[in-house]
Amino acid sequence: MFETLHMYFQYPFVRYALIVGVLIALCSSLLGVTLVLKRFSFIGDGLSHVAFGAMAIASVLNITNNMLFILPVTVVCAIFLLRAGQNTRIKGDAAIAMISVGALAIGYLLMNLFSTSPNISGDVCSTLFGSTSILTLTKGEVWLCAILSVVVVAIFILFYNKIFAVTFDENFARAAGTRANAYNLLIAVVIAVIIVLAMNLVGSLLISALVIFPALSAMRLFKSFRSVTVSAAVMSVLSATAGILISILAGTPVGSTIVAVDIAVFLVSYGIGRITGR
Amino acid sequence: MAQLTCKNLTLGYDNRAIQEDLNFSIDAGDYLCIVGENGSGKSTLMKTLLHLQPPISGSIELGDGLKKNEIGYLPQQTLVQRDFPASVREIVLSGCQSRCGLRPFYNKEEKMVAQKAMEKMMIQDLADQCYRELSGGQQQRVLLARALCAAQKILLLDEPVSGLDPRVTAEMYQLIKDLNKKDGITIIMISHDVAAAVKYATHILHIGEHCFFGTKKQYLQSSLGKAFTGQEGEDE
Repeated sequence: MFETLHMYFQYPFVRYALIVGVLIALCSSLLGVTLVLKRFSFIGDGLSHVAFGAMAIASVLNITNNMLFILPVTVVCAIFLLRAGQNTRIKGDAAIAMISVGALAIGYLLMNLFSTSPNISGDVCSTLFGSTSILTLTKGEVWLCAILSVVVVAIFILFYNKIFAVTFDENFARAAGTRANAYNLLIAVVIAVIIVLAMNLVGSLLISALVIFPALSAMRLFKSFRSVTVSAAVMSVLSATAGILISILAGTPVGSTIVAVDIAVFLVSYGIGRITGR
Repeated sequence: MAQLTCKNLTLGYDNRAIQEDLNFSIDAGDYLCIVGENGSGKSTLMKTLLHLQPPISGSIELGDGLKKNEIGYLPQQTLVQRDFPASVREIVLSGCQSRCGLRPFYNKEEKMVAQKAMEKMMIQDLADQCYRELSGGQQQRVLLARALCAAQKILLLDEPVSGLDPRVTAEMYQLIKDLNKKDGITIIMISHDVAAAVKYATHILHIGEHCFFGTKKQYLQSSLGKAFTGQEGEDE
């Protein structure tokens, strides 16, 4: 087994895949706790569909580095969805469902109408489930991914206490003079960045799993916000590493293997949580 | 000079007034209870005092060196908090948030403030416990400690005893009374419990169709106060 792995790691694209995978897993797990607790999970899900639509447009327009197109579009949509979610008058959840499903449909339609590729359903499938894209990353994309990951982690650490305050009790934070709306915006933008990054790893339909599962697992086991956040990050990185290695050895799709490992970790955490009565 | 003065305050959402033309003022060391029926605008008044929403018209003036963000707030518990994995220490410390400004981490002084607040609320033994595993009364103490971190002079309490059993309710009232008497902290409390309001408060603000503001004594002699405390008496 180790020989097989050793053989695979001779190839740079396998090494890139592992590096990027670990970085993305780290970033996505950090904000998971906040998302789950703030009932923001739906924004993550909606944004992943938007990112799919943006990617379809990018490929139709033949934009060479499509990350540079998808990222701004997704960030703008994140800001919009956050506003819609807060505004109860225009039925926030309906607006989100509308945008996300619309983006999905338009994306698929555009890909079908204008695609130059001979294998459309293969393209769509890999965008949605990330089957092979992570193994075809270029060095430039790895760098972009690494830089964005570092930025996300840095923002998270610097604003950790503020994110905690805004997540736990937005009204109190606001009354004490914290600019809660600005931090909500920051959270939404960071989520958008994470989703665009994670699309390379697990595909747009499975991103939510990467964000939510480690947080939920950690919440079964730990009691303070800090320990939950740290353990969610550790679990996510380990699951992603295990998932990538398994997929290399067994030849399974990368994204769904990682998510399967995440689910397994969640079930184990749930069991332990039940037994220890937490 | 009064710590907080409201002049011709009209409250409401989206230009729909719930309560018009409120006038009252609070001096340092007062204990004001805001009573009134459901939907009379008690919570809206609280939010307006905290600058969470703008008044439709009128003004809120702060005096006595009180700054806008120096008002401590004990909100009603939200659904999110019931499932929140956070230790007591983390929550109390988050009350120091406004002292930090843009500085990302808490310094020693702020940690001391949090420690003192926990000692005052007698929850220092619970510091490393998980908030969601505490009893209702303990959770309220945690939130009160957090409010104390945010403000030293004035506290706004939104239904601090809702959902607590009678013994814990009495403890909570005693705790608030001590903060008012011993530490000289001004208390503004929203309450359904007119009997307790009359027992502990120095001033009463009654809002609804008919409004009243004055000292407890005046309230008990007013027709509005008689009607309400009379009803309470029959219930007991």
